[in-house]
Parts: sequence; structure tokens; C-alpha cells
Amino acid sequence: MGKSRFLLCGWLLSVSLAQAAIDPALLKPLASEDSDTKIAAITALAQAAPAEALPVLKALADDSLAVAGERVVIVAGERVLDAANNTEISPAPAAREVIGINNRVRRELSAALAALRLFSTERAVRWQAAQEVTLSADAKMLPLLDRALAAEKDPEIRTRLQLAHAQASLGSTDAEVRLAAVKTLGESSDPKVRQLLLPLNEKRGDSWVEPDSAVRAAAGTSLRSIEQRLAWADSLGRAFTGLSLGSILLLAALGLAITYGVMGVINMAHGELLMVGAYSAWAMQSVFRAYLPGALDWYLLAAIPVGFLAAALVGVLMERLIIRHLYGRPLETLLATWGISLFLMQVARTVFGAQNVEVANPAWMAGGIELLPNLMLPWNRIIIVAFSIAVLVAMWAILNLSRLGMFVRAVTQNRPMAGCVGVPTGRIDTLAFGLGAGIAGLGGVALSQIANVGPDMGQGYIVDSFMVVVLGGVGQLAGAVWAALGLGVFTKFLEGWTGAVVAKIVVLVFIIIFIQKRPQGLFALKGRFVES
Amino acid sequence: MNPSPVPVPFIVRLGRSFDARTWQIVGLFAAFALVAVPVMHLALPPDHPLHLSTWFITLVGKILCYAIVAVAMDLIWGYGGILSLGHGLFFALGGYAFGMYLMRQIGRDGSYQSDLPDFMVFLDWKELPWFWAGSDSFLWVALLVLVVPAVIAFVFGYFAFRSRIKGVYFSIITQALTYAAMLLFFRNETGFGGNNGFTDFKRILGYSITAPETRVVLFALSALALIGTLLLARYLVTSKFGRVLTAIRDAESRVMFIGYNPLWYKLFVWTLSAMLCAFAGALYVPQVGIINPSEMSVANSIEIAIWVAVGGRGTLIGPVIGAFIVNLAKSWFTVSFPEYWLFFLGTLFIVATLYLPQGVVGLWFKLRGRFRNDDAGAVAGDAKGVRA
Repeated sequence: MGKSRFLLCGWLLSVSLAQAAIDPALLKPLASEDSDTKIAAITALAQAAPAEALPVLKALADDSLAVAGERVVIVAGERVLDAANNTEISPAPAAREVIGINNRVRRELSAALAALRLFSTERAVRWQAAQEVTLSADAKMLPLLDRALAAEKDPEIRTRLQLAHAQASLGSTDAEVRLAAVKTLGESSDPKVRQLLLPLNEKRGDSWVEPDSAVRAAAGTSLRSIEQRLAWADSLGRAFTGLSLGSILLLAALGLAITYGVMGVINMAHGELLMVGAYSAWAMQSVFRAYLPGALDWYLLAAIPVGFLAAALVGVLMERLIIRHLYGRPLETLLATWGISLFLMQVARTVFGAQNVEVANPAWMAGGIELLPNLMLPWNRIIIVAFSIAVLVAMWAILNLSRLGMFVRAVTQNRPMAGCVGVPTGRIDTLAFGLGAGIAGLGGVALSQIANVGPDMGQGYIVDSFMVVVLGGVGQLAGAVWAALGLGVFTKFLEGWTGAVVAKIVVLVFIIIFIQKRPQGLFALKGRFVES
Repeated sequence: MNPSPVPVPFIVRLGRSFDARTWQIVGLFAAFALVAVPVMHLALPPDHPLHLSTWFITLVGKILCYAIVAVAMDLIWGYGGILSLGHGLFFALGGYAFGMYLMRQIGRDGSYQSDLPDFMVFLDWKELPWFWAGSDSFLWVALLVLVVPAVIAFVFGYFAFRSRIKGVYFSIITQALTYAAMLLFFRNETGFGGNNGFTDFKRILGYSITAPETRVVLFALSALALIGTLLLARYLVTSKFGRVLTAIRDAESRVMFIGYNPLWYKLFVWTLSAMLCAFAGALYVPQVGIINPSEMSVANSIEIAIWVAVGGRGTLIGPVIGAFIVNLAKSWFTVSFPEYWLFFLGTLFIVATLYLPQGVVGLWFKLRGRFRNDDAGAVAGDAKGVRA
């Protein structure tokens, strides 16, 4: 596909430009058998006539440049064009031989092509070309880059080009040029530039790679400033991924903060409620795909209420049928809900299959914001952070502002008294459990966007969720929030040194030790009482 | 009640832990495991109707080990009121320690013909890590099997019980503990064989591990270990120690107000329970021929609790029955109806907690109309044994 488009593009370009001719003497060496001669010819051609050389070099890259007698021609399907002036030759010469190129020539050729595209009239093409050139700039390209810089108006592309220019100048024989280049490079915050500067301060055998001591010193300074910026961006990025992990932990644990934290029900099937939410997202995606393909990108919005309701329904059924008979017997509740979790897992496996299902990110969640060259904040993470804040606020509002929330608090604080003043405690239990389950469903919808959706997905979150609630302090929403964010950021910074699994182990051990020191969690309810 | 202040010799006291009828049952069981099984497996030809297959020996031997774990779990849960979701860790630790001995017994017969176990050669290790030093000695490994889990349980339990962590909190942090250990053991660089764990054993104490005779001996050892565990547990729960432990389960604060420190009681039974588990793990590994980190998974540890719950908490025969019921059902389901096994297990959890608070043993007594809510429990239903 790319090939034909290039051809077409090249042809259009050649038509739009004045039919300025290329000196056939410049073209002739392209057909040489010797690679060095070919490369020299490519460079010479690119520098002599950048605009006219483009179609010729493209044809060479596409294996459609041929020699016909004395002339170099471009074969474009049925037609044959004279490479020198881009006019059709008719009748097409029958005897022609395609010019072959080896990998070495191809490398040089693509660099030259990228350089030539710097003169394109389209900004996007130039931007792309500038990025490509930065990777492969060398001293031979300097004149070209000079000309491109002179012509370029766009500030972003100019910065790129200046970098490429500096990079190309590093190969210069003039120490002054190299010094200026090293200084320019110091302004970059691209990890690749760091790689470029590193060898300058190394010794190869007895001699320095860079002979001039002033350049070496400048390279050192530039390196330090680049590394500083890189480290800064690195910590920023880590803080963000930590925040993002924290928000995921929070979403996974918020439902549990109600069912366990507020109601005191040990729900080991919490992970499976997350799974119900995630499968709802998948189901809505399938429904939209089948009936509303035009609005497929918005299935996620529909999945939010569906996920909430589906999980809440499962939660209400669980509470009505099983959990309510076990109030006051936490260890039995733990085992019974574990049984429910096994049951739900097998239901998911039977209904949806044992394999993970594929839930696609909507288009509006793709991509991200590039804050710095090595720091990209993906949209899906940003949206999940925002979503967890929204869920948190909604939950806080329900518990603290609504009548249901008031009843829930009343029942958990003093059940007999609440019953005496007319609160239907049984129904409140069911509703509160349904609310917690529904919030777990919302967490599941969010998780479907970043994690695998399958029958076993819930098992992976159960330990983490309990850790968040226990660490935060049972009965404390604020505790759960701080615990989730703290754990997220702590884990991500640890991962930087130790790797993911060891970080996870360290965090678990840390929590175990922490709980020993402070069994009531980060935020404890104040008061004096004898347990049991 | 025995009002006599005359101290009873330990061995007599131990013997009196079971009443006469129970001793008869134990004797029958021992005769079956030590005489009948070897004869039926080794002496009878394979086509004889009474011949016991290798499959049977392995399965029942495995379940006997599980039954030891279940009794250990019952000591801490049924009598101590502490639900541990981390017993899989101790079981696996015992298994790993003994597994390493079996790995060393392979000698140079592994696929790489090296003195090091195959997985270490594969990871390009040049020598054994320090903690496996001496693992070619049976005695040292036998010590490791018991001491390592005991030390871990003691340290963990000391801090947990000192902070008065109990109930669900304790369950959750034991779950975190075994989960963390599982992640650690899954790593290749920690020296525990990663995903695959230890397997491909060839010899034990120089004897071929797949030989029918070895299997029969391991089976008999498991049966003896189970009898020993039951006797020890029975001795404990009928002693003064057991009475205090049960009192702590029922009303910890009151026991403290009377002047007992629950810490040492809980810590002792917790550490003992961990050691029994580890011992069972060490017996289990040579019989099934593999130990890997999935033994430490949270699900496995919770399954132990369901054996006890199904059989009947607070009785000693209950966990044994529960371990047999659940594991026989498991081996039947996973062969015949693999897709229904989790449905069955899930339902079992729910039914056992909702309708069978005392397990099948409790149900049995209820049906016989003579169920008594006797906390000390009894192996054969009658608590006629000596009470201090």
C-alpha cells in the first residue's frame, strides 16, 4: 500500500513542480555496480536538486528505477518516465534493466529520502521526516539540514531540526562546530540524545573518542543537564503510574470498603463482583457491535449503569439468600462467600468460556498526552483516575447526604436502636450490600479497560482489595483512599528498583508488619471498648 | 471427672486419651494400613479382585496427608477459634524442604548429569544457594522440615497474637502471607525451582521412589502419622491446656481477666499446627512426586478450612472424614465432570456453613438423637477420656 502511495505522491509532486531537469550526469552513477559510487551519487543528487531528486530516489527505493540504454528511467506501471525531466517516453524502451540496491545502499537511501521530505509542503510529512532524520543524522547531511533549517518556519520542527543538525555536527572535523553541537544537544530531554553524548567521554584504547577536551567538558555538562531532566520526568512518570495504580486499587477496594468496612461482611466473592462488572462491559460492547455499530465508541458509557446494576443484583441475591443468615459469624461468612466466589467463577466459565474475552478501548481512550519526550500520560489511565474520583465522590455523597446513607450509618452504629426508631434494618442491610456490590461492578467496568477480562480475574484482586481496606482501617472511607494511593505510589517507586514481583512481596510484607504494629489500620475510630 | 491429685505418668495419660473402643478402631485402621494394604498391593496379582492399584495407594496416601493437615487446622480453628488461611504455606514449606532432599537424591541421573538439581543447571547456577547447604542429608532435611515452618509460624504468630489480631483480621493477613510466599516461590532466582517447583524424583534414602514397596511404606508411614497426630491432638484437647484453649476461643477477654495470658496458648497451638502441616507436606511430596508454588495459593489454604468445616469443627475425627469426603469427591469430579467440580465445591462451602455448623459428624449425632454440644469433642462421640 505504502509503495503505490509513494509512487503516486512522487508523481504528483513531480507534476506540480516546474519540470526542472536534472543533469543526466548526476543520474548516470546511480546505475553503477559499485555501492560506494551509488551512495556518492545519491548524496550528490539530493544536494544538487532536492525537489527533483525525490521521485528518482523513491523509485530507486521501490526498485522501479531502471537503465534503458544511456538513459535512467522510472518505471511507473505501464508508463516509463525519463528520470532526468520526469516526462513520459513513448514508445517505452523495451530493453531496460532495473537498478538493484543492497542493504547498505538502502540505509543511505532512506536517510536521504527522509532528508528530502524535509522540504515537503505538508507539515505532517516534514514533522515525520524531522523525527526520522534525528535518528540517523550524520555529517554528510549537514548542507541539506542547513537548507531545511533556513526554509523551516514551524517552531516545533525547527527544534527537531536543530537537534538533528547538532547530531550531524558531532561528526564534523572542526572542534568548534562539535562544541556548538554538544551545547545545543544539552537542551534536549530525549533519552536517545543521551545515548549519543555518552560515548564522547569514553576512551577507546588510549585515545579519547572525542579528542578536544573543551568538547568533552561541554558534553559532560550537557549530559548532566539531560540526565537531570530525564530523572525528573522519570519520577513524574512514576508518580503518575503510581497514582493510576492507586486509583485502580481504590476502584477495586471501594465496594469492599462498604461491604466489609462499613457493614463488616467479609465478602470473599468481591473479586467476582468486579468480574461481573467487567463482563457487563464486554456484554455492552457486543450489544453495541451488533445493534449500534455507529455508536460503538460509546458502549462504555452504557456499560457503567449496566455494570452497576448487574453487580448490585448479584450482591442483593447473595445477601438475601446466604449472607443474611450468617451475620455475626464472620469466619463462616468468609467461607460461604468463598463458596459463592467459586460458584460465580464457574458460572462465568460455563457461560462465557474459559478464555479471556476481548474488551477494546474506545477510540476516545486511545493515545495520550505527551508531557515530555519520555513522559506520556495515556488517556485510559487519566480517565480511570478521573472515574475513580467520580465514584468516590458519588459514594461519599450517598453515605453522607442521602437518606439511605443515613440509615446505613445508623444501622452500623447501633442496630437495635435504629430498629426501634423505625429503620427497616433488614432491608437496609440488603440495600447497603447491593450498593457495595454495585460499586464493585463499577470498578469492574473500569478494570475491563486495562486488565484481562476472564473468569479468574477476580482472584487477582481479592488480596489487594482486602489489603487496602485493612490498611486504611475498617470503617474508614478516607483510610481506604489514602491506603490505595499510598500503596499504588509506593509499589511503583519500589518497582523501579526491585522489579514488579519483588515489589509486590515487599508491599505485602510491609502491610503484614504494619498491621502487627497498628491493628486498627491507618485511621482508627477513636474510643475505648473491649472487643467481643 | 478425675479428682485424684496423684500425677499420672505421661504415657499412661497419653494411652487414656482414647477410650477402649477408639483404640479398637485405631487398631483396625493400623492393621488395614500396615498389613492389609501391603498384602493387597504387593502379594495379590493385578487382576485379582482384591488387588489395590498404585492409583488407589497414591490417592489414599495423599488424602491421609491431607487429613493430618485437616486435624492440624482443626486444632487451631476448631479448638482455638483462629481461622488460618495460610496453612498451605506451612504444608508447602515442609514439602519443599523434603523435596530438595529428593532432588539431591537424584544425584547425577538428571538430564544434565550434574550434581546440582536440573533447574539450577538450567539457570546456569554454579553452586547451591546457602540455605540448601546440607540438603543431601536426610536428618538435616528432616530437621528443616519441622524447624523452618515452626520458626516462621512462631515469629509471625508472636507478633500477630501479641497485637491481639484475631478473627477475620488474622485470616486476611495469613492469606497475605501465603500469597506473598507464593509470589516469592514462583520466582526462578529464589532457588525454589520457579513455576515447576521440584519434580522428577528418583530415590528416597537410596530406594527407588516409584517402587511398589516404597509406596507401601510411605502409605503406612502416612497412616501412622495420622494416628500419631490424632493421639497428640486428643491428648492436647483433653488436657488442661486444651480446656484453656477452648475457653480462649469462647471468651478471650474473660480468660484474660481470670489471669491467663492467651498469647502463649495460642502461640503454642499455632506453631504446633504449622509443624504438623509441614510434616504432612514432607510425607505428601514423595507420594505425589511434585511440589510447586500453587500449593501455597490462597484457594488451596481455604480448601483446607472446608475439609474441617464439612467434617465438623471441634471434633477430631471430623476433619479426617471431611478431608476424605472432599478429596474423594474432588478426584471423582475432576475426572468425570471437571466443569461441575467448582459448582460442587462452592455449594459445599455454602451448605456446610449454612446448614452444617457441626459438619457431618454433628449431623450424624443429631440423626442419632444424642447430639450434645460438647466443645471438647470426642473421637468416637463419647467424652469418656480422662479430663484433668
